[in-house]
Amino acid sequence: MDEISKVVRDYVVREYLEEGDDREVNETTPLISGGIVDSFSMVSLKRFLEKKYNIQIPDADATPDAFDSVQRIVALVHRFQKPVTVAV
Amino acid sequence: MSNPTLYEEVTAKSYEELTANFDWSIAERELGYKPGDPINIGWMCSDRICRLGMADKVALYWENFQGNHQRFTFDDVRVLSNTVAQFICDLGIQPGERVCLFMDRVPELYIGFLGVLKTGAVAQPLFSAFGDESLLVRLQNANTSAIITQKKHVPKVRKIREQLPNLRHIIIVDANETPLQQREVKFHMEAAPRVEDFAVYPTTAESPSVLHYTSGTTGQPKGALHVHDSIVSQYLTTKWALDLQPDDIYWCNADPGWVTGTSYGIIGPWSNGATQVVLDSGFNAERWYEFIERRRVTVWYSAPTAIRLLMKEGTEIVKRHDLSSLRHLASVGEPLNAEAVIWSQEAFGKPFHDTFWQTETGSIVITNFPGMPIKPGSMGKPFPGITATVLNTKTYEPITQLGLAGLIALRPGWPSQVRGYWNNEAGFKAKFKNGWYLCGDRASIDADGYYWFMGRDDDVINTGGHLVGPFEIESALLEHPAVFESAAVAKPDRVNMEVVKAFVTLKRGYEPTADLELEIMNHIRKRLSPLAMPQQIEFVDSLPKTRSGKIVRRILRCKEFNEPVGDLSTIMDD
Repeated sequence: MDEISKVVRDYVVREYLEEGDDREVNETTPLISGGIVDSFSMVSLKRFLEKKYNIQIPDADATPDAFDSVQRIVALVHRFQKPVTVAV
Repeated sequence: MSNPTLYEEVTAKSYEELTANFDWSIAERELGYKPGDPINIGWMCSDRICRLGMADKVALYWENFQGNHQRFTFDDVRVLSNTVAQFICDLGIQPGERVCLFMDRVPELYIGFLGVLKTGAVAQPLFSAFGDESLLVRLQNANTSAIITQKKHVPKVRKIREQLPNLRHIIIVDANETPLQQREVKFHMEAAPRVEDFAVYPTTAESPSVLHYTSGTTGQPKGALHVHDSIVSQYLTTKWALDLQPDDIYWCNADPGWVTGTSYGIIGPWSNGATQVVLDSGFNAERWYEFIERRRVTVWYSAPTAIRLLMKEGTEIVKRHDLSSLRHLASVGEPLNAEAVIWSQEAFGKPFHDTFWQTETGSIVITNFPGMPIKPGSMGKPFPGITATVLNTKTYEPITQLGLAGLIALRPGWPSQVRGYWNNEAGFKAKFKNGWYLCGDRASIDADGYYWFMGRDDDVINTGGHLVGPFEIESALLEHPAVFESAAVAKPDRVNMEVVKAFVTLKRGYEPTADLELEIMNHIRKRLSPLAMPQQIEFVDSLPKTRSGKIVRRILRCKEFNEPVGDLSTIMDD
């Protein structure tokens, strides 16, 4: 699990699972279709990602499908992260 | 209970034919109910259907996102609701006491609802995503005696139970080995001894049945109290407006924590002896289409927010599935925009029929009737037996000029009309003017008698088909240590029609940062619900106020909608 995966997973567990809810969340656990994060709460998750990784995710790309697992969220973050330029 | 009559075959009749000489006794006769006799929704939706020869017919196909599934016949529903009822009675719950159902869309919710009603107790369904504050307010107001819930929701109940001395029983349907704490009791519906015969409490037409909470502009949410007579409206509107026929497979997306999920997710289909399917899962277009295809759904009752989410996914995904079983599509919760109706025609080969009603009406009151020409974007026409109009906002007299907007009003007297707000007589009385019930929405009527929705007439926010009261949000915002003052208003949204936006002034020592915004958003989501969470927080130096210091939400709302604020002189002098 890479660093972003870990951060996203930990955030989901901390913020969206009820206290005492012992469901396991891994990289492929369905978040939206599995009822862990609903479409309204998705906005706060999007806001977290934008803040944490200094990115802007357009609303058109913030679909339930794109947020349906940690794996997909990580792909979304990578997509909108600016490429690192290396001075040569 | 009176003996049921034979199930009357549905006949296709036009709106005009059905409206002419309409009388609610049509439904009473079909339900085998004689006014004055006992009538109990729990019995009507289970025992009565079995006596009509449909004991072995499937009442419910249930599955969740993990693929677990269960099947219940009407006889299963009858016996298991008896089992729930017996358990509740054995705990000492008396008729009239409130029993809250606080569960995800699991079979225990649907069947338990009927079980509660069979005891004569009042069913109080609450949305399982509610946070502890939303739950507390509603349980306190209703003075609830028992709550039926799942272990995953127990921590929320434990957090507030000390403030609920009258909540005697916390019934957990999936406790397994979970250690129990004070007032908690395990109940496994299917493992419990099956109760073949239960003496259903002889409720009458005006006996309280269901208590649903709904939000208003001022004060905390109001408990809309319904009675067992509501089934008369719910039965007939399901049959006529949703066109539910004996062989249909019916899917209602709504959660029974809200009124659509009980009126049309339990009472309507089961009083008609229809098979319904339930998918306890969040939104996923692929999964939804696969579910419709596999279950051969014929009648689908959905919501504009869901339809717009499906629109976002496009029509290619639709083409990958055989959805030819779909025969009738309907929508509820907020106005269905014309684009969604047109898209549905393109995607499914048939339009979604918009229906209009609310918690207080208990059943559909304005609808695009099956067979009636649809004008995309219109709410349709009044259901037979419903006298509707639009009223002048100042005189409360009916507007006779076509196309002029006014307040949607209904002449009281249909069976499923709310009978009162729990412990709030003044709030209930305020809903009536000149002998009309005011829905709180504005519309106009065209030359053909079609209603066109214009918007709310108050500050209530309609988000994703659910009403959210600004007062409740503002109260919870003030609990956050950084918030000095706040105002919650609606903001237009492409998918949810409206979302919550909060304007916040901060206490000294706090800076408006992105971290703080997210922290406040999450605070509201956990305390109230995801629906109530502001999707945007704007930090401001001050809020617009009247001379007496009351916050004027209207100014903020108008700015969000790019609408003129209008004359504020009387408001500012308040």
